[in-house]
Amino acid sequence: MKVIANRILLLALGAAVLAACDSSDSVTPFVPDPPPPPTATFEVTVTNLTNGQPLSPIGVIAHADGYSVFSIGAAASVGLEELAEGGDNSVLLAEADADANVFATASGGAPISPGGRETISIEVLQSDLAGMRLSTSTMLVNTNDAVTMANAVDLSAMQSGDTLTLRTIAYDAGTEADTEMAAHIPGPAGGGEGFNAARDDDADRVSMHSGIVGADDGFASSSLSNQHRFDNPVSMVRIERIN
Amino acid sequence: MKAKIYAGLLAASLAAAPAANATQFTVEIENLSNAIYYTPFLVAAHPAGTSLFSVGEAASANLQAMAEGGDISGLVADVNGLGATVVENPAGGLLGPTASTTFDMNTDGTSNDRLTIVAMLLPTNDAFAGLNAVEIPTEPGTYTFDVPAYDAGTEANDEILNGGGAPGVPGMPADPGGLAGAGGTGAAMADANTTVHIHRGALGDTDAAGGTSDLDSRVHRWLNPVVRVTVTVQ
Repeated sequence: MKVIANRILLLALGAAVLAACDSSDSVTPFVPDPPPPPTATFEVTVTNLTNGQPLSPIGVIAHADGYSVFSIGAAASVGLEELAEGGDNSVLLAEADADANVFATASGGAPISPGGRETISIEVLQSDLAGMRLSTSTMLVNTNDAVTMANAVDLSAMQSGDTLTLRTIAYDAGTEADTEMAAHIPGPAGGGEGFNAARDDDADRVSMHSGIVGADDGFASSSLSNQHRFDNPVSMVRIERIN
Repeated sequence: MKAKIYAGLLAASLAAAPAANATQFTVEIENLSNAIYYTPFLVAAHPAGTSLFSVGEAASANLQAMAEGGDISGLVADVNGLGATVVENPAGGLLGPTASTTFDMNTDGTSNDRLTIVAMLLPTNDAFAGLNAVEIPTEPGTYTFDVPAYDAGTEANDEILNGGGAPGVPGMPADPGGLAGAGGTGAAMADANTTVHIHRGALGDTDAAGGTSDLDSRVHRWLNPVVRVTVTVQ
């Protein structure tokens, strides 16, 4: 949204400058506001497919090819770490807003319970559609640092009214050891700490998540149970282009 | 793989907007698991806009009967009511680990352009494999769909092998592979999510004569995908 607003402002300024140069007499001609550049709206509906893992408020990012939320094998950004450990998407979205390859960002309003869903709208300039990718990002909150993402889905061919449905898998951000202890799990199963800047996983890199072990499977110090285990996919993402 | 399939379907649907659907195609169902048996499959080609289940929604009574006991008769009535093209029990009984079954379908003269395939996983309480109303490809070629295991959300995953297969009756109906134990005290209470969702997997334990589960955690677990469906359009 911020990017669109800036571009509209620039166009308006340009028109005002031209008008000032053209006026040779004392009467200022009426210059109508330029029409806003055409936009396209996408509705992104995320459904929680797990049994016992609420999803933190969804971050939605529309971007070009040069941006990605994460890469397998690379260290997570601080924004992704904030999301993965504490469910807070604000730093990740601020990082994205500061990236020249990002067109727009949006956030869900609340966590999504297992079986629940939320629809989030995101608007981009039609001139940005040619190379448009969409990513979503959210934490499985009854974990140390599990996240799930739709990663740079190509929407450039979508026309108004088209829909696309995909499923997402769970990743381990690699920023926190998978202790499964209540003190390290921010969700309702733990009520513990969220973000901590220390990076104490066995390797500081994003990988596929290997799942929950849990106390029911012999991990005595785990605060998680059979109910918190999950298999992929963990969320369903339905994207509809509205206009 | 999955993203590729969806991307491919999107591209195909955009390129050939209202093209005629394939009317004759071959379907192969392959059991990818290590020790899971499938009850008789229900296969239906049916109109767009209809489905037998939705994630995040409660299971119908007929879906529950399939997921808890392998009884597809209610779902067969449902899809017949939609004018579907139906194949019942193509494997002629249980489909064992790594086994496959192949059959032809013909939807000539119908508007049945979506494909649904469901069957229960044994031994489980209420797990089922589900290919849910995917668009049947129209261009000649071979199309692969990886299918996950869902939890119907209708029965606690107690993992107790007691023959319970009727809707609402606790327990698992059977372990065709004969690898399960006995004497489990119950692995779980009711599901946290009582809508249809992705199954969290079997828990099991390593105590064949006790413990919490009658399943063996070394053989009865699975990871998605659990079934692969291959559609071939000539």
